[in-house]
Amino acid sequence: MSSDAPLVLGIETSCDETGVGIVRGETLLADEIASSVDEHARFGGVVPEVASRAHLEAMVPTIERACRTAGVGLRDLDAVAVTSGPGLAGALMVGVASAKALALSLGVPLYGVNHLASHVAVDIVEHGPLPEPTLALLVSGGHSSLLLVPDVTHDVRSLGSTIDDAAGEAFDKVARVLGMPFPGGPHIDRAARSGEVALDFPRGLTTGRDMQRYRFDFSFSGLKTAVSRWVAAREASGEPVPVADVAASFQEAVVDVLTRKAVLACREHGVGHLQIGGGVAANSRLRAMAAERCAAAGVELRVPRPGLCTDNGAMVAALGAQMVLRGRTASDLSLPADSSLPVTVVQS
Amino acid sequence: MLILGIDTATSAIAVGLSDGERTASALRIDPKGHAEHLAPLVGDLLAGEGVSPGELTAIVVGTGPGPFTGLRVGMVTGLTMGHALGVPVHGICSLDVLAHQALCDECESGRPGHRLRTHGDVLVATDARRKEVYWARYRVGAAPDGRQALLPLTQPAVDRPAELPADLRELPTAGRGPVLYPDLFPHPVGPLDVDGGVLARLGALGLRDGRDMPVEPLYLRRPDALTTAERGAGR
Ligand SMILES: [Zn+2]
Repeated sequence: MSSDAPLVLGIETSCDETGVGIVRGETLLADEIASSVDEHARFGGVVPEVASRAHLEAMVPTIERACRTAGVGLRDLDAVAVTSGPGLAGALMVGVASAKALALSLGVPLYGVNHLASHVAVDIVEHGPLPEPTLALLVSGGHSSLLLVPDVTHDVRSLGSTIDDAAGEAFDKVARVLGMPFPGGPHIDRAARSGEVALDFPRGLTTGRDMQRYRFDFSFSGLKTAVSRWVAAREASGEPVPVADVAASFQEAVVDVLTRKAVLACREHGVGHLQIGGGVAANSRLRAMAAERCAAAGVELRVPRPGLCTDNGAMVAALGAQMVLRGRTASDLSLPADSSLPVTVVQS
Repeated sequence: MLILGIDTATSAIAVGLSDGERTASALRIDPKGHAEHLAPLVGDLLAGEGVSPGELTAIVVGTGPGPFTGLRVGMVTGLTMGHALGVPVHGICSLDVLAHQALCDECESGRPGHRLRTHGDVLVATDARRKEVYWARYRVGAAPDGRQALLPLTQPAVDRPAELPADLRELPTAGRGPVLYPDLFPHPVGPLDVDGGVLARLGALGLRDGRDMPVEPLYLRRPDALTTAERGAGR
């Protein structure tokens, strides 16, 4: 990408990561993160007020680091982008206010963008322009969505999402049942490697009428309950809990449903590309099974590196740069933070 | 010298400018709209005064105490603007500003300079939600350098108004405490909301006097959550 491509800084504060990324056109220059995850571990989950306090402390230092890494000054920026939703209200507001302050001080346009669309757009700086349409499976502690994306800057359609717990939330809850620390995903992934898929846990919304009514939706709360019941019964009988087998069997159930529905959606919508994003995309079994099933279905799989799958500022900058490149109108300086911004609203 | 003041510690979004002499202020009341309205309000104030952001020499933010989400909007806005413009950012307790507005004749009249009333104490009580107020007590007295100054007699605190001593509640009281609890604070005086121009001017005075003005949010309450250890200990 030429050096006159737009230089865009992106800010992400929808949950517990203060992320600042800088992108020139479709090239990633910096992706700096300050995470408050260690502070939340003491509470066994993300505490919104703890996250918001950490964002306030980390905001300016993270902007500074991103500029240093990218080798640019704030005055070189052509635009600022920020996650305006969905997410934790108080956390979002820190990022939104900071982005507005940058735009106002530097006299550059501001783009308030959807967090989920950003998760899709980040793959542009990893694997090049997005095939249009793309199908995206976004799975994290906060969301589980199947999206059809004809144009990531203004046309994102929801095919389905979780009707109860997010996939990452299920990982956290089952990890707690198995006595593993928060966040649970990496611990379950590790334990599962030495376990066997010996237990048959339920696959929510995959049979009969559910496949009509909830064709591309997910449900993980029944699975979580089944696992806790199984573990409790085992403990009550005085037998040791086969942690690795439980982890492997639970993980298999989640990954099976996610990949099965994602590949089915590709086939039914005639889409040749599947992208996976969100923190759960770091799961090794999800990557392996998705690769297998996509290959079998003739679908090209695109998964950004783990650091770009979890929440970060680069994804916001990547989407912001697309907004500039495609000539989208900037957001108003009065744009609100919207904790329940619908996934179909790409820009606010 | 041209200082921008920003305070979002109360239901008001208050901004102001001061060159040490003249001040200008703008205010908008919207307890849930800080993140939406602050930046446009700053932009309009600067444009209205014919000032470009690059002409600012310092930024002063109200550090609360105040409801956390709103408070942070003003603080992060000030911190980010300061960084983007390459100018220092300072902090002043929002209750100090209200006390100043209550005790300074000239702040009240909008004239330049400061002339503090020399008699009596004043209480500042603002809405802390959850049936509590943020409060502090002030007196005009002689500062260590002999100059007349506004002296905080207490640290800012958060309490249920009915639990404050009666003699404290009887004091002339600034802020929205008396609006919310008229029976408990029977002597309301003057300002309900922080004036951004007074904040900016206090920043100018603080800089002149070489005061340390740290940008530390005054939360006064810890986050509402139990650690897993606390939950295990049965609360
Ligand atoms: Zn996310």
